[in-house]
Amino acid sequence: MTEAKQPIIQIRNVSKRFGKVTAVDNVSLDIRAGEFFVLLGPSGCGKTTLLRMIAGFELPTEGQILIDGQDMSHVPPNKRPVNMVFQSYAVFPHMNVTDNVGYGLRISGVSKGQIRDRVAEALELVKLGGFEDRMPDQMSGGQRQRVALARSLVMRPKVLLLDEPLSALDAKLRAQMQFELADLQDKVGITFVTVTHDQDEALSMASRVAVINKGEVAQLAPPSDLYEYPANRFVADFVGSVNIFEGTLTLDEPDKAAVDCPGLGKVYLNHGVTGPHGANVWIALRPEKIYLHVPGAGKAVRAAAQDAPDGHNLARGTIKGMSYLGDVTLYDIQLEGGQIIRVSRPNLSRHDQEDFTWDDKVSMHWRADSPVVLLS
Amino acid sequence: MFNRTAIAPLEYTRKLWMRSWVGLTMLFLYAPLIVLMIFSFNDSKRNVVWKGFTLKYYEKALNNDSLVEAMVNSLTIAFLATIISLVIGALAAVMLWRFRFPFKGLVEGTMSLPIIVPEICLGVAFLIFFAKIDWPTDLPWPLNLSAITIAHITFCFPFVAMVVRARLASFNKEEEEAAKDLGATEWQAFRDVLLPHIKPSLVAGALLAFTLSLDDFVITFFTSGPDTITFPVKVYSMVRFSVTPEVNAASTILIVLTVALTFIALKYQGLKGISDAH
Repeated sequence: MTEAKQPIIQIRNVSKRFGKVTAVDNVSLDIRAGEFFVLLGPSGCGKTTLLRMIAGFELPTEGQILIDGQDMSHVPPNKRPVNMVFQSYAVFPHMNVTDNVGYGLRISGVSKGQIRDRVAEALELVKLGGFEDRMPDQMSGGQRQRVALARSLVMRPKVLLLDEPLSALDAKLRAQMQFELADLQDKVGITFVTVTHDQDEALSMASRVAVINKGEVAQLAPPSDLYEYPANRFVADFVGSVNIFEGTLTLDEPDKAAVDCPGLGKVYLNHGVTGPHGANVWIALRPEKIYLHVPGAGKAVRAAAQDAPDGHNLARGTIKGMSYLGDVTLYDIQLEGGQIIRVSRPNLSRHDQEDFTWDDKVSMHWRADSPVVLLS
Repeated sequence: MFNRTAIAPLEYTRKLWMRSWVGLTMLFLYAPLIVLMIFSFNDSKRNVVWKGFTLKYYEKALNNDSLVEAMVNSLTIAFLATIISLVIGALAAVMLWRFRFPFKGLVEGTMSLPIIVPEICLGVAFLIFFAKIDWPTDLPWPLNLSAITIAHITFCFPFVAMVVRARLASFNKEEEEAAKDLGATEWQAFRDVLLPHIKPSLVAGALLAFTLSLDDFVITFFTSGPDTITFPVKVYSMVRFSVTPEVNAASTILIVLTVALTFIALKYQGLKGISDAH
C-alpha cells in the first residue's frame, strides 16, 4: 500500500446552497482511512448535508469530494464505494432480514451461494444470528438498526456513513450501541463517518471530531482536545457545559497571563496566551474544574484573590440553585458581581450533597491551568 | 345475551342502542339489493308479488344474446379502462409526489376535474368531442368500444391517482435512497422498493376503477352507439318496457361478479393493505 498516507475522503472547498440558504460553507477536511470520524453540530448546521454529499444524494454547489483519490463529482450514489445507515434505518418493510441484508449483493449479481455466506457473516457480525426470517415489523428499533448496519457492511464499503445512528434508541441501548459501534469499527477496519448532535456520542466513539457550526468547521480535533482545548466559544459551549466570562488581557508573558473579567475578577493563568495586550478575550471554565468550599473552613484555600500563591484562583459567591444528579450535584452560584457560575461537584461519599444548601456563602477555587482563554 | 359480565365503558358493540343502530344502517344499505336478488327467483312476469321459486329467468337472461353481448362489452371496457387508468393514474401520482415543477397546483387541480364535473356534462362533452373529430364508429369488435373506453379512462384514472397519492404520502424516501445506496438503479429502486409500497393502493385503485367503469350509465349512454351497448345501458332500455325478473337475474349476476372480484382482491392483498391505502 503505497497510498496509505492518502486520506480516504478529501473534501475540498465544498459549499452547498439551497436557494438563498447556505447549508455548507466552504468546508475542507480530510478523513483518514480506518478512523472513526464524527461530524458534530446542532441541528440545521449542515452536517447531514455534508454526509449526504459524500453519499451522493446531494451535489456540492461548489468544490469537490474525492473518495479514495477519485473525484466523485459525476458519480451517482449507486456507484460510490460508500454505504449509508439512514437515520430512519430505511429497512425495506416488505423483505425479511435475509432479503434486506442480501439486497445490495443480489442486484449487483453476486452468486446465490456467496450471498448466503456473506449475509450470514454480516448477521453474525451485528449479532443477529437466528433472525434471518424475521420481518422488520416484528423487530425492535435496535434490531432494525442492526439490520441496516449489516445491509451496509455486507457490501464491504470503503467508508460507512451513519446518519444520527443512535438518536432513536433509548438511553441504555444507546450507551451499549456506542461501544458496539466502536468495537465493530475496530473489527471490520472500515472508515466510519458519523453525524450526530449528541456530544457524548461524539466524545465516546470518535477518533476525531469535526464540530460544525452554520455550515463551517468550528474545530477539528480528537475528543479530549475538543473538550480541554476548545478553539472558540461555540465549541467550548457546544461540547460539554462551560462557564464563559468576557474580559481583557492585561498580562501576557511566556509563563503567565492574567485576564481581567468584570464579573469574575482577575483570572490568572500559568501559561502565556498568544493575544495582543488589552485584547478582548473570553475565559472558559468547566464546572467540574472548580472546587467548592465553605469560606474560612477550607484547608486548601489560604489565598487572597490578588496573588493566588497556591497557583489557584479564588472567587466567592452565594448558592442560588442546586440540582442533584446522583453522581454529581450541580450548583448555580451567584458571584459578588451578580453573574451566575455553574460548579459541578462529584458526590464521592453518600452525604456529600448535604454539605451545601441554598443561600450558603461559598468560596470557589481552580487551578491556574484550568481556564481556557478564547480569542473568538 | 347470556354473558353476565358488566359492559365496560368502551364496549360499544355490546350496547343495545349501538347494535340496533348498526342493524338499521345495514338494513337501509342492503334491503333493496336483497329484494332485487330474491325477486330474481320469482316465478312471475310482473315482479310485484311472490309467486314461487324458479331459475328460468336466469336461463332467459343468459340466453338473451343482446344482454350477454352487453355484459361482455361492459366487462371488456371495464378491464381495459382499469389497466390503462392504473398505469396513467399511478404515474401521475408518482410525478406529483416526486417532482416540483411550474403550475403543479394547476396540474393537480385539473387532474381531479373529471371527479368534480357533473357526469352529464362530461357525457355531452364526449358526445360532441367524438362527433367533432370524426371518431370512427364502424370498427370491428373490440375496437368499436374505444370511444367508451377512452371516456371511462378519463373519469377512472383520477381516482387511481388519488388513492396512490395518499399511499405515497406515507412512503419513507430514505428507503428509496437506501436502495440506490446499495447499488440499485432508478428503475430497480422503483421496482423493488416503491412499487411494493404502493401495491395495496394499486389494488384498491383498480377495484375502484373497475366498479366505476362497470356501472357507469350517464357517460356511457352518450358515447355508445347501436352496436356498443353496455350492460347498464341495456338494463335501462329493458326497464323502459317493464321490470321483469330477467333484469333482476342479470343484475344479480353482476352483483355476484363484482362482490367475488372484490373478495378475491381483498383475499390476495389482505384487508389491512387496502385500508392502509386511504
